Amino acid sequence: MSTVFINDIEIEVGPKENLVQAAERAGVEIPHYCWHHDLSVVASCRMCLVEVGEKKPDGTISMISKLVPACQTPAKPNTVVLTNSEKVKKAQAQTLEFLLLNHPLDCSICDQAGECYLQDYTYKFGNAQSRLNEPKVQRVDKYHIGEQIALFTDRCVMCTRCVRFTREISGTSELLVTNRGSVEEIDIFPGEPCNNKLAGNVVDLCPVGALCSKDFLYKKRVWWLKTQNSVCQGCSTGCSIHVDQEENRLYRLRPRENELAQGSFMCDDGRFGWKYVESESRLFGPRVGKLQVASQHHAVGNSNHANGNGTAVSHAQVALNELATVDPWPTVLNATRQAIKSVVDSGADRFAVVLSPMMFCEEAFMLAKYIKSINKKITLALGPVPVVGEDDLYPKDYKGEPPAADKVKFTIRAEKCPNRLGVEAVLKHFQGEVIGFETIAERLNTTKIDGMYLVGGYPDAWLDASVLGKLDGLSTLIVQDFMNSPLTDMATIALASATFAERQGTVVNHSGLAQEVQQSIRGSTDVRPDGRLLFELSQRQGMYKAASIRTEMAKEIPAFGAFAGEIGELGIQLFTTVEGKSA
Amino acid sequence: MSFEPVLLRRWGKPNSQSLETYRADGGYAALKKAFAMEPPKVVEAVQKSGLRGRGGAGFSTGLKWTFLPKDVQGPIYLCINGDESEPGTFNNRVLLEEDPHQVLEGIVISGYATKSTTAYLYLRYEYGDCYRACEKAIQEMYANNLLGKNILGSGYSLDIYLHRGACAYICGEETGLIESLEGKRAWPRIKPPFPAIEGAFRRPTVVNNIETMACVTQILDRGPEWFQSLGIPSENPKDPGSYGPKLYCISGHVNKPGLVELPLGITARELIDKHAGGVWKGRKAKAVVPGGISMGFLSADELDTKLDFAGPGKAGCLGLGTAAVIVIDDQTSMVDVLYNTCRFFAHESCGQCTPCREGTAWSAKILSRIRAGQGTLKDLDTLTDISNSIGIMPGTTICGLADGAAWPIKNALKKFRPEFEEYITSGRRSQSFEVAGAH
Repeated sequence: MSTVFINDIEIEVGPKENLVQAAERAGVEIPHYCWHHDLSVVASCRMCLVEVGEKKPDGTISMISKLVPACQTPAKPNTVVLTNSEKVKKAQAQTLEFLLLNHPLDCSICDQAGECYLQDYTYKFGNAQSRLNEPKVQRVDKYHIGEQIALFTDRCVMCTRCVRFTREISGTSELLVTNRGSVEEIDIFPGEPCNNKLAGNVVDLCPVGALCSKDFLYKKRVWWLKTQNSVCQGCSTGCSIHVDQEENRLYRLRPRENELAQGSFMCDDGRFGWKYVESESRLFGPRVGKLQVASQHHAVGNSNHANGNGTAVSHAQVALNELATVDPWPTVLNATRQAIKSVVDSGADRFAVVLSPMMFCEEAFMLAKYIKSINKKITLALGPVPVVGEDDLYPKDYKGEPPAADKVKFTIRAEKCPNRLGVEAVLKHFQGEVIGFETIAERLNTTKIDGMYLVGGYPDAWLDASVLGKLDGLSTLIVQDFMNSPLTDMATIALASATFAERQGTVVNHSGLAQEVQQSIRGSTDVRPDGRLLFELSQRQGMYKAASIRTEMAKEIPAFGAFAGEIGELGIQLFTTVEGKSA
Repeated sequence: MSFEPVLLRRWGKPNSQSLETYRADGGYAALKKAFAMEPPKVVEAVQKSGLRGRGGAGFSTGLKWTFLPKDVQGPIYLCINGDESEPGTFNNRVLLEEDPHQVLEGIVISGYATKSTTAYLYLRYEYGDCYRACEKAIQEMYANNLLGKNILGSGYSLDIYLHRGACAYICGEETGLIESLEGKRAWPRIKPPFPAIEGAFRRPTVVNNIETMACVTQILDRGPEWFQSLGIPSENPKDPGSYGPKLYCISGHVNKPGLVELPLGITARELIDKHAGGVWKGRKAKAVVPGGISMGFLSADELDTKLDFAGPGKAGCLGLGTAAVIVIDDQTSMVDVLYNTCRFFAHESCGQCTPCREGTAWSAKILSRIRAGQGTLKDLDTLTDISNSIGIMPGTTICGLADGAAWPIKNALKKFRPEFEEYITSGRRSQSFEVAGAH
């Protein structure tokens, strides 16, 4: 540790900090564009220029006459930094004047307005007027720069964060700089757009509105957005994210920096993979009794449907049928309890409950506890764990090969669910073991199972035709899910649950880190967040609050002992794991 | 008393480029002398000679060599900067075209002294004749055990690679050169780390100029004392002095433009009158560039400035630079001259850091507008502000191109301001051509 003097503040700094980081910890802002703690230092934007000097043992201070970039200067003992002297202020204003020379006056049509570092720094550190009296350099926009990203070329301030990202983090090196001098541009090699799976991150990295997300482009001014902390549900990496919403609609997901979780980034599958929340194929209300007419299925967009007799039914008719088949929640929950009781009464081994690895910890706990309180012999099993391919490691090398284990900077994991470890820990406690879905599906053939409670919560279809066929024969099929599917159609009771954005709870990622998902929006009227749904199903008194359930879990299950304390924004380590397997 | 050329002594001789004639003239004796010494002794000799780099910065060559880490495992690289692009400079070109072996011998000596394993001769692409001359000379050297393994039985091995650039001034900046050599965009690196610690391919590297290499050959051949006997000794402890012969390029409005070798320290006036036939067409010199346009301008009453490492600085110029003297006559408008220099730097700025990328282009545009008769007096203040805010001296840029871009503006506006003001207030439009080839 060493003492560094920043303006009139004295702080202790760690061994590997630069002056930007040291100043940040002292509560002093040193403006910067090109520096990012996950990227190499280039010190090219010159926004972070400060005066540095040394405090000698006798107390005198000798300052270096020239300015230095704070991002490339390590914070050494007795360094004196001035971030607001006349020289520094003049340099900051001059750098901003230089940057604005060729910057188009696009604020009124630029996505970045409201979260733009050029706007913010000019307001804080720049001049109100420019002395420019010449034509600006103009460049064409490049919508083709990536499938998900568009480049408004003349807004670029040449910080090269995007170029360094594709070189050092994704390793795919699609983005490059062409030309020289003031006519430089960011570009791609012809026919090789920036389509790697981490491409969306360059939009976050871009300090101005040069790189924009096509998904979000022109959709909403950022000052209207409200933000909640959440966790991406796409895979077991469990990236910390921000969910931006307004008026109960989602607009975008952004990574939330969390060194305990994934770092600073997230993959495109997660970033852009939230559209199912708004899908027309949502199960928008609970229902008792099988559907007479096939519903509009998940991921199928046909407007004509055949009923059991083979006659085409119009879209409007289907909608009417579906509306007609929403039952009130109290009725449905009662029917659920009755249905479970009637199967269990003829034998506890005739009923099984499948808990999906998409469930939050509190939800899995409440359901497992409730079921076991009915009868200890009811089998609890784990739902299908979706695995797609292999873990995708970044940065790739120039051949596209993944990096060595100690060089990995980002992983998109093959396990496409956010909370297998959490649900397994609940199952181990209540069932004594984890029974996999294949096993329980097999038992449909070999045992007398006559009733099942299945929890889904997957964005895509999650059961194949053969399993569906077996389930169709059950007398009682309770399905808790948020998407319409053949499964929810054939369910004797369909419980309309909520997506991650519409409910709150905790998920545990691959490394055993438990993070809290905050609720961002309300689902449509007859959809229930799973926590509330299960709270009311198990007839608990009061209202569902995730924190209270966690306290209960901490008391009853040793593996969840850490839930006794605050989870905090970055999450808490629940258990340590060997990659993928819980302790 | 006229000076007998040493570096240029073989210029004009028939077949001066061949190894045979070079040897007949005493070539490679210096190399043998070097091999008879331990490498640290060679470094010492070069330090003792007071040789300062001829590439423009004038840094003590022997001192630079001592910055290499001792006892390093793995390759050390010696890069020779043949990217000569400072406007007005052509001494390296003549040296390579006329007497490549003198330079190459110096390279082997320097490689030996610095324990370099590989040398890269980075040659600007436009120097095709130099390239062909060097290529042949290098082949001759390999064929005669002057390069490759165990040179002349000394135990020292050196390979040299001839690398051609692709037309960019910024490849003359040492880390720009290194980046270009590595096949990347020539964006100079931030320092630290310095090339001596982490240079080409992240290995310890020394970058030296071509004329410097030729001087090394002569220092080893004739001795450091000979080198010290030429030039102007140091005036104070902080001044390393200006020793040895220097190739002065003279171009512009003179009767006899060309290259002349003289001991360091001749005045600009003497150089123009005695060695370049005087200002042409009977005119007088209005301004003289002392060492490549990056250095700025000497005014007409500063022509008695000594052109050594210390002289031009005393007259408000950036330094001696490459000692490329350009003479501007009194019928030429300084507005046109300044526009030309600003246009050059705007074109050559690598674009990496904000002040240089934007500042050079801005000043070129302002001067273009002044030349079109639409300047205002406020523009002169803006230009002064720009020139004071870009460069490694104020600390606002990564490399010295910005200082080179700023200095002509500073000098022109300080020494010729009345001319600029008159130009603007008269609303005059420039009569000179728009420079072709610029964007």
